[in-house]
Amino acid sequence: MAVSNRAGRDLMIEIKKAEYIYDNHDFPVKAVDDVSLEINTGEFIAVLGRNGSGKSTLARLMNALIIPDSGKVIVLGKDSSEAENVWEIRKNVGMIFQNPDNQIVGTTVIEDVAFGPENLGVEPVEIKKRALKALDMIGIEELRERAPHLLSGGQKQKVAIAGVLAMKPSCIILDESTSMLDPVGRREVLETIRKLNKIENMTIIHITHHMDEACLADRVVVVDEGKIMIQGSPREVFSDVMLIESLGLDVPQVTRLLFNLKKEGLVDDSAVIDIDEAVGKLRALIG
Amino acid sequence: MIRNITLGQYLPGTSAIHRADPRTKIIMTISFMVVLFIVNSIWALIAALVFVAAVFLISGISFKYAIRGMKPVLYIIIFTTVLNMFFTDGNVLLRLGPARITEEGLILAAVVSLRVFLLIASASIMTYTTTPITLTDGIEKLMGPLKVIKFPVHEMAMMMTIALRFIPTLIDETDKIMKAQAARGADIGTGNLLQRARSFIPVLIPLFVSSFRRADDLAVAMESRCYRGSEGRTSMRILKFKGLDVAILGIFIIICAGILLIHYLI
Amino acid sequence: MKGTPFEKKALDNVSMELKKGEFAALIGHTGSGKSTLVQHLNGLLKQDEGQLNVAGLETKGRDLKELRKKVGIVFQYPEHQLFEETVYKDIEFGLLKQNIPDEERRKRILDTAAIMEISESMLHKSPYEISGGQKRRAAIAGILVLEPEILVLDEPAAGLDPSGTRELFDIVTSLYREKKITVILVSHSMELVGDYASRIIVMNKGRIEHDGTPSEVFSMGNKLEEIGLGVPQITKLMARLNEYYPEIARDVYTIEDAQRIIGGILRRGR
Repeated sequence: MAVSNRAGRDLMIEIKKAEYIYDNHDFPVKAVDDVSLEINTGEFIAVLGRNGSGKSTLARLMNALIIPDSGKVIVLGKDSSEAENVWEIRKNVGMIFQNPDNQIVGTTVIEDVAFGPENLGVEPVEIKKRALKALDMIGIEELRERAPHLLSGGQKQKVAIAGVLAMKPSCIILDESTSMLDPVGRREVLETIRKLNKIENMTIIHITHHMDEACLADRVVVVDEGKIMIQGSPREVFSDVMLIESLGLDVPQVTRLLFNLKKEGLVDDSAVIDIDEAVGKLRALIG
Repeated sequence: MIRNITLGQYLPGTSAIHRADPRTKIIMTISFMVVLFIVNSIWALIAALVFVAAVFLISGISFKYAIRGMKPVLYIIIFTTVLNMFFTDGNVLLRLGPARITEEGLILAAVVSLRVFLLIASASIMTYTTTPITLTDGIEKLMGPLKVIKFPVHEMAMMMTIALRFIPTLIDETDKIMKAQAARGADIGTGNLLQRARSFIPVLIPLFVSSFRRADDLAVAMESRCYRGSEGRTSMRILKFKGLDVAILGIFIIICAGILLIHYLI
Repeated sequence: MKGTPFEKKALDNVSMELKKGEFAALIGHTGSGKSTLVQHLNGLLKQDEGQLNVAGLETKGRDLKELRKKVGIVFQYPEHQLFEETVYKDIEFGLLKQNIPDEERRKRILDTAAIMEISESMLHKSPYEISGGQKRRAAIAGILVLEPEILVLDEPAAGLDPSGTRELFDIVTSLYREKKITVILVSHSMELVGDYASRIIVMNKGRIEHDGTPSEVFSMGNKLEEIGLGVPQITKLMARLNEYYPEIARDVYTIEDAQRIIGGILRRGR
């Protein structure tokens, strides 16, 4: 499914035939295999894939943490393989990681949020302003003097997001950032990034293996064995239930239900991704 | 269990001592400790005690916290006190069979224990009134001149900050690992010395491994936020010497002079 | 097994009984007391008041070794406790304290490895050489090898992707059926709980809020939401449909049951 080709400046990230090989243990592994992908400014993209599918590697190519072995990754017009572009790219594309603890450096929340701007050489007074603004945007201003080990998982991830926001990025990548959280934490983080996307027009790339989270995105990109298998709107992608399940992933329970009913010949079309849609479809059929 | 360790905990407040620049407090504490070692006169030490008590009073920190800091060294103090009381030659005051207590011994014991108490109390007042991160800032600033000889001042300060940040996290993790191993029948911390040492392996190895993984993750996260060492780096927290610091240092110098004077005269 | 009144903020007047061979789920928001309750089961924590009798042993009695042989707890991210030189040795660790002849010990380890789908070659590898999913299975094997009568699993699928989760639960289910052990599953996933448990205990703020079958518990959707929990998506769907079609049961919690019911209605409509 082709994504419309916009003018250069609307392109946040452009990945052109990128490849990345891990040279480990007994044999080299192509973690990213000839991948081409365009991410437009303001999009909310979900990258879905099972463990080992290459989705995290793809994420790290996008903020120049790693450079492709062949092909190119262009971020806001800058080639990630050129050394002088690395810091500019990382400033513009922030990343939130999986382990909430292992990305917090400061002994208090506000100190950690200040870490990014400090690295950028921002003026001390401006740093404090940015830190407080970021905390306020995320809604955790009252936690600013709290020590990180006293925070819940969801709160820690929110601190990490604030820390990235203080650097004034154009895009935020979340690399399985909800995997280690309980349902409350997951909801908090998802609500936060959804708001950032809708209100601040922040480009969001959400890497996950949870399909209910992917349903919130504008576009879902499914990867497996380093390749893009299918991409499109959540509804388009999840209606191919057989493919999704063959890739080791799940579809929402309601999608599965309608798919099964479709197999029995009782419904024509099983493209639903949430309860509202399922209720609508079934009511129309039952009468 | 393990969580009850208080590492010279910070006790919030708004006193003059709290507001003083950390460098002022560090310099004062170190100088004071030097003075404590110079003076041998019991009267000088009593003067020092009065000073320290005054500092506690001004800072609003209850004296019981000073006593609490003594707990770890209680046995050493008792031991040296007894040693000094009974084995110093001089004017005998009391005889208990073969043992004897001398006047000189009593005074020496008092001097030694008072000195230990004051050393601990002065270090404590510094940590009670200064947050760990502020202290680290102060140390980093004071070590600044060492940059000339290429000493990695910034890196050391960063290491201290990260260590402080992760200590509570590591304590929690140790607890989790101990529980998990106990659940499969491990006996941690029992047996003779050798057995006890070995019994910690199922806790230490996972802890080390996870710590290395943490360090790795953290490094990647730091680089993602454009960390590249001290090059071009600024700080949100700026330390500035204020009038308050000048005043405090001034008073401190006078008091130290006074204590030293008492030592030389009495 | 029986647990009667505790009285501390973490656990408040908790009473319950669990029969041998049940597959129960313990659900509750973070801080509801489920971890605390679980840690009492093998004596890691001791209650301030009340009695706790597990598999015939009083937990406040001295013999924790005996108790820990009967109750195996697999904590979250169990692979973090692996430490030995080889997977074999790590699985063996818990057995070493018991007086079991070498031959039998070896047999137990190999049997457990087979159940957890750990290959012979993997047994000789270092735990740090194998994948995350394999590490987890090795860690669980280390508890299973003790042949506990009661197996407690705390979020066993945490961090696993959907296929990994399915594989793990397939193993757990066959274990449950073949060895007839009592299983207590602590989880946040209502879908998982609905698919596998025959009894659900709901905790809230240190107390037991509900205790019953999945049908009973999941039909109380509103009450569950009030205390920060949810129900399987399919249950929510059926509850919504029930508003329009009262003949649709509200206490459905598996896709199969929903399919059967809705399929029946659609067929009759033709």
